[in-house]
Amino acid sequence: MAKLTFKTDLCKGCGLCVEACPKHLLAIAKDKINQKGHSPVEITDQSACIACAFCATMCPDCIITVER
Amino acid sequence: MIVFDKPKSLTDAPLHYCPGCTHGIIHRLVAEAIDELGIEGRTVGVAPVGCAVMAYDYFACDMVEAAHGRAPAVATGIKRAEPSSVVFTYQGDGDLASIGTAETVHAATRNENITVIFVNNAIYGMTGGQMAPTSLPGQVTQTSPYGRDTKLCGYPVKICEMLSQLEGPEYLERVAVNNVKNIKRAKAAIKKAFENQINGKGFSLIEVISSCPTNWGMTPKDALKWIDDNMIPYYPLGVYKDRSAKEAE
Repeated sequence: MAKLTFKTDLCKGCGLCVEACPKHLLAIAKDKINQKGHSPVEITDQSACIACAFCATMCPDCIITVER
Repeated sequence: MIVFDKPKSLTDAPLHYCPGCTHGIIHRLVAEAIDELGIEGRTVGVAPVGCAVMAYDYFACDMVEAAHGRAPAVATGIKRAEPSSVVFTYQGDGDLASIGTAETVHAATRNENITVIFVNNAIYGMTGGQMAPTSLPGQVTQTSPYGRDTKLCGYPVKICEMLSQLEGPEYLERVAVNNVKNIKRAKAAIKKAFENQINGKGFSLIEVISSCPTNWGMTPKDALKWIDDNMIPYYPLGVYKDRSAKEAE
């Protein structure tokens, strides 16, 4: 079972992970604001994640931990 | 099982870089190389002047801050005084390709046993987006609002091509970090540059094509596309010099 964990308060909402996800599972949560004042990323369907770690590879701020 | 986590050689300090800036990716690739080679305890990094000036807060190894452009000279001193250390510099294009050109060329021609990570984003990021020596012809910046005029400002400096003409350097490669495939290649190149130093082979320089969404005036996504459409055609990726591989042939 794949699991993504986000350090949400460090997210800058740049969206590079959203572009990288081959399953289109990530989205910027426009209705939320984190400690830094950015809208952070969130996963829309955890069960469909294949743990390819493309999102974590693209994330400039190392906020994503991928588990399988 | 953890498939991907932050490397140990990065500290927990939040990066100050703008959203979507690929400096963070390059930091991580360097830290992963240090982790995988198990050299954290004897690695010394040299931070530049530019956006990465605070790199000493982010790497968990020993760090030194060099004067603008002088990182290869400082690294030379550290490496010669303490040959068992692994010394790398992390420099931008305003640092390495402009004020630090002399230090870079001479460290390369002496084949100093150091690793240079050269981040090329074709603009001066920290000072607000002025034209850099690596800005593309026609590129609009704060100081070239009508596009870089090559009649007035000359042509961009292609560091890898230039250094590949020298006898000295061991390894020169240009990589990019604009998609997952290129990031994997960049990681292999950076790791090889560290291995070359550990094996005493000499000067390795990895030029990383990076983005600057803020000063290019683009979204992070468009900036990565701009790398594919404009940067890579002008700065072709690939290995420019690999002396050991050539001698082995």
